[in-house]
Amino acid sequence: MSDVPILKVENLCKSYGDLEVLKSVSFEIYKGEKKVFVGPSGTGKSTLLRCINQLTIPDSGFVYLNGEEIVHSGKKINGYRQKMGMVFQNFNLFDHLTAVRNVELALLKVKKLDKAAAHEKAMYELEQVGMADRADFYPAQLSGGQAQRVSIARALAMDPEVMLFDEPTSALDPELKREVMEVMRKLADRGMTCIVVTHEMKFATSFATEIYLMEKGEIVEHGPPSDIPTSPGFVKTRAFMGSYVEE
Amino acid sequence: MTDSINATGADGGLGGFFQNLTDSIISQIPFWQDVLLPALWDGLWVTMQLVVMTAPLGFLLGLLIAVSRVYGSAPVKWLAQLYVIFFRGCPLLVLLFILYFGLPSVGIVLGSFMSALVGFILCNSAYNSEYLRGALQSIKRGQLLAARSLGMTKMQGVMYVVVPQALRRALPGVSNEFIYLIKYSSLAYVVAVIELTGAAKIIASKYFMYFEAFAAVGIFYLVIVTIATIGIHRLEMKYAIPGVSGAVGKVSKGH
Ligand SMILES: Nc1ncnc2c1ncn2[C@@H]1O[C@H](COP(=O)(O)OP(=O)(O)O)[C@@H](O)[C@H]1O
Ligand SMILES: [Mg+2]
Repeated sequence: MSDVPILKVENLCKSYGDLEVLKSVSFEIYKGEKKVFVGPSGTGKSTLLRCINQLTIPDSGFVYLNGEEIVHSGKKINGYRQKMGMVFQNFNLFDHLTAVRNVELALLKVKKLDKAAAHEKAMYELEQVGMADRADFYPAQLSGGQAQRVSIARALAMDPEVMLFDEPTSALDPELKREVMEVMRKLADRGMTCIVVTHEMKFATSFATEIYLMEKGEIVEHGPPSDIPTSPGFVKTRAFMGSYVEE
Repeated sequence: MTDSINATGADGGLGGFFQNLTDSIISQIPFWQDVLLPALWDGLWVTMQLVVMTAPLGFLLGLLIAVSRVYGSAPVKWLAQLYVIFFRGCPLLVLLFILYFGLPSVGIVLGSFMSALVGFILCNSAYNSEYLRGALQSIKRGQLLAARSLGMTKMQGVMYVVVPQALRRALPGVSNEFIYLIKYSSLAYVVAVIELTGAAKIIASKYFMYFEAFAAVGIFYLVIVTIATIGIHRLEMKYAIPGVSGAVGKVSKGH
């Protein structure tokens, strides 16, 4: 574990009008760690992820990527964002491009690779997620699980240092969730640093190095998943998981 | 009944009627060959020039206006909006009068063809911008977010992700506007541009052959519009996204 965290979030605050969505959220993540955020809907988990890569600009607070502050970094944010791959609940694949072109686009336009190099890199990433045989399919021709795997490949192609997953399996049928989780586990095994928002409790506890419970814009409990069943510090988390399973 | 037919034919009977009709058509061949068609070809050439120059410029300007309205800064948005309000609100006829008869009084002389061309481009771009704006706004927000999450600038995201998708959605509207353009290009005659309709009008009144001249011109427009429609259909097929409803796929669906 190096001494500078890959990502450090400090006192992040964000409001929409009168609604305080994030109330001074702080945490840090080191290389290879997997932090999983759980909590009821509408508590600001997505907002937190978007405030990390600045797709949403926080009202106050700081985000440090390898020690560099990025909230107020102006145009340099486009460079920083490549280091933080993001996977969305609804995949957000570019609808007009085939799977392989989805992965190639930012390689061509952002990383400025030439066509052959971009194609080779894109095919490699598709292979990693088991989607090389669907390279020429358009998003509308893919199942949800396949589309999500392509979107993971697209993010990985930028060689990120940390991956942000925002409910990557929530839009998927149960049997399709598994293929995406498998890809994520494989990624984790290769040492990728991950921040994951999910409602899949079994996956969360087996995947995470640390679990965070968010409620109303705040981290209310956190710790290693092995503590969840017994620790007094995980009372609310146990209640949340219990209520969630029953739902 | 038979009487009226007999009355038409010089030597009586049905055969005589057709004989007469054929004679009259044959007698008109020199008029068609030497007068009407050459004039219409000249007019067609002018119409084509107007349409072929207006369409791409009107489209690109429309796209620029639409992108400005959706993604521009506040003042840029405002200017683009003003442009649309003015040039969509102003009747084309009035716009052409202003350009041709009005501008010279402030020292700007565009001439006939230029006045028509500029008027058409302003009008065409204003309408196109509305189709394109609607299409841009209909593209899901997540598309641009995903582009930006990969490190693309807003400009790159708009250019490589949003616009290509929006163009496909705007194609029916923009095509419709193109067909309109072919037809309203006949308004150029008010600023003394002798295009297809103007040419027919001149011949018709000079030779008192209204039916022939306008029937011919109608057929000309029909042919142009039909060719344009086929071209548009090809374009729609070519750019259809496989797997999206209504689209014809290049790749068959998996499984
Ligand atoms: N762009 C926005 N404008 C206004 N309100 C928003 C916006 N984005 C999120 N919110 C609100 O912020 C709250 C937290 O949303 P979100 O971060 O998506 O929660 P979660 O991901 O935990 O379900 C919700 O009440 C949501 O309605
Ligand atoms: Mg969310």
